[in-house]
Amino acid sequence: MRFYGKGLPKCQVNELTGKLIVIEGTDGSGRSTQVRLLTEWLEGRGFATVNVGLKRSTLVSMELEQAMQGNTLSPITLSLFYATDFADQLENNIIPALKAGFIVLADRYIYTLMARDLVRGGNPEWLKKIYSAISLVPDAVFYLDVSPRYLIDRNFRKKSTLDYWESGMDIRLSRDIFDSFIRFQRKLKAEFSRLQKEYNFAVINGNRAPKAIALDLQKRIEPILGS
Amino acid sequence: MVKIQKHNAAGCLIAVEGLDGSGKSTQIYLLKRWLEIEHYKVFFTEWNSSLMVKNATKKGKTRQLLTPTTFSLIHSTDFADRYERQIWPLLRAGYIVLADRYFFTAFARDVVRGCDPEWVKTIYSFAVQPDITFYFQIDPKIAAGRILEGRPSLKYFEAGMDLNLSSDPYESFRLFQGQIYEAYHNMIDEFNFTVIDATQTVNKQQQLVRQILREKIDLPAYKEKM
Repeated sequence: MRFYGKGLPKCQVNELTGKLIVIEGTDGSGRSTQVRLLTEWLEGRGFATVNVGLKRSTLVSMELEQAMQGNTLSPITLSLFYATDFADQLENNIIPALKAGFIVLADRYIYTLMARDLVRGGNPEWLKKIYSAISLVPDAVFYLDVSPRYLIDRNFRKKSTLDYWESGMDIRLSRDIFDSFIRFQRKLKAEFSRLQKEYNFAVINGNRAPKAIALDLQKRIEPILGS
Repeated sequence: MVKIQKHNAAGCLIAVEGLDGSGKSTQIYLLKRWLEIEHYKVFFTEWNSSLMVKNATKKGKTRQLLTPTTFSLIHSTDFADRYERQIWPLLRAGYIVLADRYFFTAFARDVVRGCDPEWVKTIYSFAVQPDITFYFQIDPKIAAGRILEGRPSLKYFEAGMDLNLSSDPYESFRLFQGQIYEAYHNMIDEFNFTVIDATQTVNKQQQLVRQILREKIDLPAYKEKM
């Protein structure tokens, strides 16, 4: 494995014998379902698997969640908070698991973090430099591409409400959360498609039944497992 | 090379830097008192004090969860919170902003801990360079002596125990401070530090600091309107 940039102090990449597989996609794109199905499939075939995701670090997940409940979180602070959360999981979960030869399934990765920040007006060079030094290049990245209207349905089905941050209400695209959500998700999609070219990840049609998507993913993951 | 930007806001930014035990906090406190008593618009901010972030930092330190990378990132998050909500808006509002430690502290500490210098500078590149950075220069042995005299127990990260310099916290602290001193020393020219000899008396240093402020800053512009 290798890092996008200089890498972490004292991390020997040749010790990382596991595989890192990333599932990307916006809220309601069906990522967690796919991660669950993939874990089942992998474990069924005898591969030790670890799941990681955003805002799950021991170090700052609680504090970040709390900060997001308030109204004082500024964009650069939000960005660095997430970077801290990511780095903590990278060093304490992802890297140890890869060292132990596990398959790490990441429910979102730096691409979501960058895409969101870019929509919020973040500096692309700044983001790229910060994240490239602390991120391993995954063995595969799959982006679940789902149309914004579909996302609305799934979000409402899940929690009957749209999330403030996932609707981009902080950047005031509209006073109306429904309009804001649609606009924010469109912008997010545009950023993802730019990142997709730069980081070369596979786009998966997410407007299908979970089973069909799962089979598609398995077919694409199969060749990685053998090597 | 990452370039640090100069600001053109109405306010003025004064930072103090130096080793633990250099006396910089005393100096900036006295500077603040003077400016307040004379009715200047002044705001004071201190390293690692964001209400939003500092509990996480504290947990990370007491439970020893921090690596050089997360140590760096969590402190930058703390700084960003204070910068975006206070330092920068107050500079635009025409305040004298006093900062007890600024990003130079991260440039010194994080790099000593093994982070890539350019990476650390990039992280902080959203923030402007201070108008004056007072660096309270002191022999690391003397500074360490001042700290160790008053307070017998050192915290893990404070002593730089994570660097594995020595298994003895006191020895580790001395070695760590020596390395931080070198890092500061190398920044003096690059960032145009105003060096103050921190072995002089507190009062003499403060007179000097105030004199430099009068010379370099158009102080009357920052008077509070009665």
